[in-house]
Amino acid sequence: MTSLKILVPVKRVIDYAVKPRVNKTSTAIETANVKHSMNPFDELSIEEAVRLRERSLPVTDILAFTAGPAKSSDVLRTALAMGADRGMHVVVDEKKGELEPLGVAKLLQKVVMEEERNVVILGKQSIDDDANQTGQMLAGLLNWPQATQASKVDIEDDTVTVTREVDGGVETLRAKLPIVITTDLRLNEPRYASLPNIMKAKKKPLVKKTMEEMGVDLGKRLQTVKVQEPPARKGGEKVEDVDGMIRKLKELGAL
Amino acid sequence: MSSLAAVTAAMKLGGPVTGFVAGSGAKAVAEEAGKVKGLNKVIYVENGAYDKGLPENFAPLLVENIKKEGFTHIFAGHSAFGKNLMPRVAALLDSQQISDITAIEGEDTFVRPIYAGNAILTVKTSDATKVITVRGTAFTSDETQEGTAELVEGTDPKSACPTEWISEDLAKSDRPDLATASKVVSGGRGLKSKEEFDRLMPPLADALGAAIGASRAAVDSGFADNSLQVGQTGKNVAPQLYLCAGISGAIQHLAGMKDSKVIAAINKDPDAPIFQVADVGLVGDLFEKVPELTEKLKNA
Repeated sequence: MTSLKILVPVKRVIDYAVKPRVNKTSTAIETANVKHSMNPFDELSIEEAVRLRERSLPVTDILAFTAGPAKSSDVLRTALAMGADRGMHVVVDEKKGELEPLGVAKLLQKVVMEEERNVVILGKQSIDDDANQTGQMLAGLLNWPQATQASKVDIEDDTVTVTREVDGGVETLRAKLPIVITTDLRLNEPRYASLPNIMKAKKKPLVKKTMEEMGVDLGKRLQTVKVQEPPARKGGEKVEDVDGMIRKLKELGAL
Repeated sequence: MSSLAAVTAAMKLGGPVTGFVAGSGAKAVAEEAGKVKGLNKVIYVENGAYDKGLPENFAPLLVENIKKEGFTHIFAGHSAFGKNLMPRVAALLDSQQISDITAIEGEDTFVRPIYAGNAILTVKTSDATKVITVRGTAFTSDETQEGTAELVEGTDPKSACPTEWISEDLAKSDRPDLATASKVVSGGRGLKSKEEFDRLMPPLADALGAAIGASRAAVDSGFADNSLQVGQTGKNVAPQLYLCAGISGAIQHLAGMKDSKVIAAINKDPDAPIFQVADVGLVGDLFEKVPELTEKLKNA
C-alpha cells in the first residue's frame, strides 16, 4: 500500500472563547494581549492524521506547517505535542499583515511538491477570517481531488473514502491518492497534549523559513477599507410568563 | 434559494447578469432559470458528469466559460455547493475570493462578517475577475418574470473527474427549509436528551409552521442532526422569528442567528448571554414553558 506522507497546515488565531474587539482606528481586530490558540478545525486535522497512524496505516510522517508571525511557532509545538513528527514555520513579518488564503494555498502547493506529500488535511475554515477557501484553492492549484467538510475518512490502499457534511445531510465520495481533505467538527475529538508529550515535542525538529526562501509571490489582492463593530441588538426585555411572551411577540409582529 | 440570492446580489452591480447551469436536463433548468428576475442570459451545459456538482470537473467547466465570456464578477451562494466549488474556481483564475458577503458597496468593494460575525469587514479587491460567495439571508428575492433570458449552450471542456460520488443521506423533512424559513425554533443543551428534543421541539415548530434548528451542544450530544446546526460553523439564519429554548447563547451560536428580526428565548438561567440579544426573554424551566407555549399557540 502507498505510504502516507501527510501535511497538516495549522493557524494561530484568537482563542474561540474570546470576544474580539475592533481597534480604535477601525482598521483591524485588536490582537495585542489577547489569548491566541490553534484554530479549532486545525486541531481536528492533526488529530485525524495521528489517528490514521494509530489505525496502523503506513504513515511515513506528519508534517505540521504554519505561516505567520514569530509566535505562530507555539501552535506548531502544540501540533507536535499532539503527535505530528516535525514542524515547518514560514515566518511572516507582522507589519505585512495577514496572508490571504490564495497566498497560503500557493505556499502549501510549494511545500507539497518539495516535501512530496500525498495527503493534506486542513481545517475547513479558520475562525478569524471565516473564509473557508484554502483547502479548495490548494486542491485546485495541485489539480488534486478534494473532500471538504469531512466527517469520516477511510483510507484503504490508495483509495480514500470520505463522508462530507453538506446542506441537509451527508454525502460520500471516493478518490485515489493524492488528496486534499478539510475537516468538519464532526470528524473527531482532538486529544489533549499530555505533559510528557509536550516535553518530547520540544525535541522534535521545527524548521523556520522566510518568505524569501519560499520564493512565492504573495502580492495582496484585498485591501481592508474598514473594520466595524456589528450593529448592537437592543435585547434584554424579559417577560413574566408564556402569555407575556405571546403578547410581546404579537406586538413585534413576529406572530 | 442561494442561487437566487446570488442573482439578487449580482443585479446590484447594474450590469447584465448571466446564469450558469450544468448537468442532466440542464436546458430545462435553464428555461426555468430564465424566469428569474434579473437574468439576461442563461448558459447551459448538458452533461450528466456535472450532476453532483463535483468541483474537480465543475471548476474547470466554469473557468472555461468564464474566460470565454470575459465575466468580471462571479457570484454563487455561500451554500455547501458554493463553499466547496468557488475557491477552486478562484484559484484556477488566480483570484482571491471574497466569501459570504452581506453587502455590496461598489464594483470592487464588498462587506462581509468576520470573527463569527463579531466584526464587519469592508474590503476592496484589485482582482480583475472577482469571485464572490453571497450570504443567502442578506440578499433575498423571490421575484420571477416572463422568460426573457436568452438561452445559450456553453462550452464543455469535459475534464476528467478523479472523484467518484458514492451516495448521500439527506435528512427528509416536511418542514420549511432551515436556511430560508420565516420562523425557526431552536433547541440546545438544556433539552437534556434526544427524546426530550423530539418530544418538545417538533410540536412547537408545527404550531408555528417553523423550521427546527439546534445549537452545536445539542448536535454534539446527539439530540439533533448536524444539518440542523445554527452558528458560525453551521447554518446562518435570519428569520422573522427565532425562538430558542435551552440555548445559552455562545458567540459561535449568535453568529448564525443574530440577524433574525425578532429573537425570543426561554432559559432557566437569567444571566445566560442569549438574553442580551433576545427581544423577548422568558426565565423559566423549558420543560414547563415549551409545552405551555405550544398549547397556547395551537389554540390561538
